[in-house]
Amino acid sequence: MYATSYHRASSVGEAVNLRSSQEEGRYISGGMTLIATMKQRLAAPSNLIDLRHIGELKGISVEGRAVRIGAATPHADVAGSAALRAVCPAICNLAGMIGDPHVRHMGTIGGSVANNDPAADYPSAVLALNATVITDRREIAADDFFVGMFETALEEAEMITAIRFEAPERAGYAKFANPASRYALTGVFVAKFTSGVRVAVTGAGANGVFRVPEMEAALAASWSPESVAGVSVDPGMLMSDMHATSEYRANLVRVMAKRAVQAS
Amino acid sequence: MAKVTLTVNGRTMSGECDDRTLLVHFIREKLGLTGTHVGCDTTQCGACVVHMDGRSVKSCSILAVQASGSTVTTIEGIAAQGELHPVQAAFNQHHGLQCGFCTPGMVMTAVDMIARHGGALDEATVRHELEGNICRCTGYHNIVKAVLSANEEMHGAARQAAE
Ligand SMILES: Cc1cc2nc3c(=O)[nH]c(=O)nc-3n(C[C@H](O)[C@H](O)[C@H](O)COP(=O)(O)OP(=O)(O)OC[C@H]3O[C@@H](n4cnc5c(N)ncnc54)[C@H](O)[C@@H]3O)c2cc1C
Ligand code: FES
Ligand code: FES
Repeated sequence: MYATSYHRASSVGEAVNLRSSQEEGRYISGGMTLIATMKQRLAAPSNLIDLRHIGELKGISVEGRAVRIGAATPHADVAGSAALRAVCPAICNLAGMIGDPHVRHMGTIGGSVANNDPAADYPSAVLALNATVITDRREIAADDFFVGMFETALEEAEMITAIRFEAPERAGYAKFANPASRYALTGVFVAKFTSGVRVAVTGAGANGVFRVPEMEAALAASWSPESVAGVSVDPGMLMSDMHATSEYRANLVRVMAKRAVQAS
Repeated sequence: MAKVTLTVNGRTMSGECDDRTLLVHFIREKLGLTGTHVGCDTTQCGACVVHMDGRSVKSCSILAVQASGSTVTTIEGIAAQGELHPVQAAFNQHHGLQCGFCTPGMVMTAVDMIARHGGALDEATVRHELEGNICRCTGYHNIVKAVLSANEEMHGAARQAAE
């Protein structure tokens, strides 16, 4: 790892100031992506601003069906929240499938969403749940947030402070995990609202997480695994790599969508 | 240079290190506690697992400065008065190790897992929760046996009393 300078912030304001005043600064939350990347010398920020000790970024609140998850809330807390499980078990199950227990104790929802890894789990939930990404300066709708692989609508030094959504009537997540890394080779999150259905796919898209309007229409007409069985996704828009061809991923999208509906 | 202060195995310990120093190197090289191992470069093997503020973490992927101020338990800190911790005893009894390189991480993972599940552990859960710990020798069967047996040892009595 290259040399770096560490700063511990105790409030959102202090963190944003530190980050804005430093060239080559990066926020660090759980560090489960960033430290690993720095160890490989694939990232070399000269300044790190630690968000893990900022109380206002942590915790889960559920009021009626309104859910708010602080950006620095670890995956293990989302997986283990009884209040959240009561209104939206699918996101708890998703969090419990990320990496391993040690990664879940450190890694946070804000870090995962900001990183927008094309194989990460959370982006599919944020998009399917029609969540709002709250930052230190504005609110961004999920549909506008995920721009492409590892790319988001976040500006320089902009910090995610929370993720907010209305709990759906039903939701489910199914993931075909890469057997080595446990990241999603393909993961599908389905969510049913009174206003309609949203389906988001991670792990498969050549351009990152995406929605499948044909599946949304089919599930709005009838909420059952069979409804999505006949919908196919164009392999041309999917990733192809040593782990899986785009045709294989296209099939996985359908199979995971069926399982996600079954799990809902 | 940064000054890092930790409560390690019940004792307050301080040391100076670079901001980029990993917690595992701080523990091994500054504090001389070499039971915590480094088995990989990619945050995947779990040989470095310690408890930080009561939760299992991979000390190879946390900076010592990030951990400063926290309470850390390493493999050296779990045996009370020279008596093996029930998890250590179960690894011994069930032959849950061969070369022993992964063992400190496995034991710290098991202690955390058993505490978190409050006695409700089955084989499938143990296997799922060992996702972040790699063992090149045992094939895992005896590790799983050891964890289940330690769980029984630590929670079985309480459960029987309740039934
Ligand atoms: C062995 C292993 C297995 C894993 N398996 C999975 C898996 O199966 N599925 C999965 O989804 N993920 C997986 N991960 C990744 C893990 O979920 C990370 O925790 C997560 O991607 C990043 O969260 P973090 O809090 O650790 O972020 P960090 O590593 O601290 O930061 C990641 C990036 O986000 C930025 N950032 C952090 N917080 C904020 C914020 N609040 N606002 C703006 N920018 C911010 C940082 O500057 C950095 O660029 C795995 C990681 C490891 C090491
Ligand atoms: S050394 Fe920490 S996970 Fe391998
Ligand atoms: S006993 Fe040798 S690696 Fe596990």
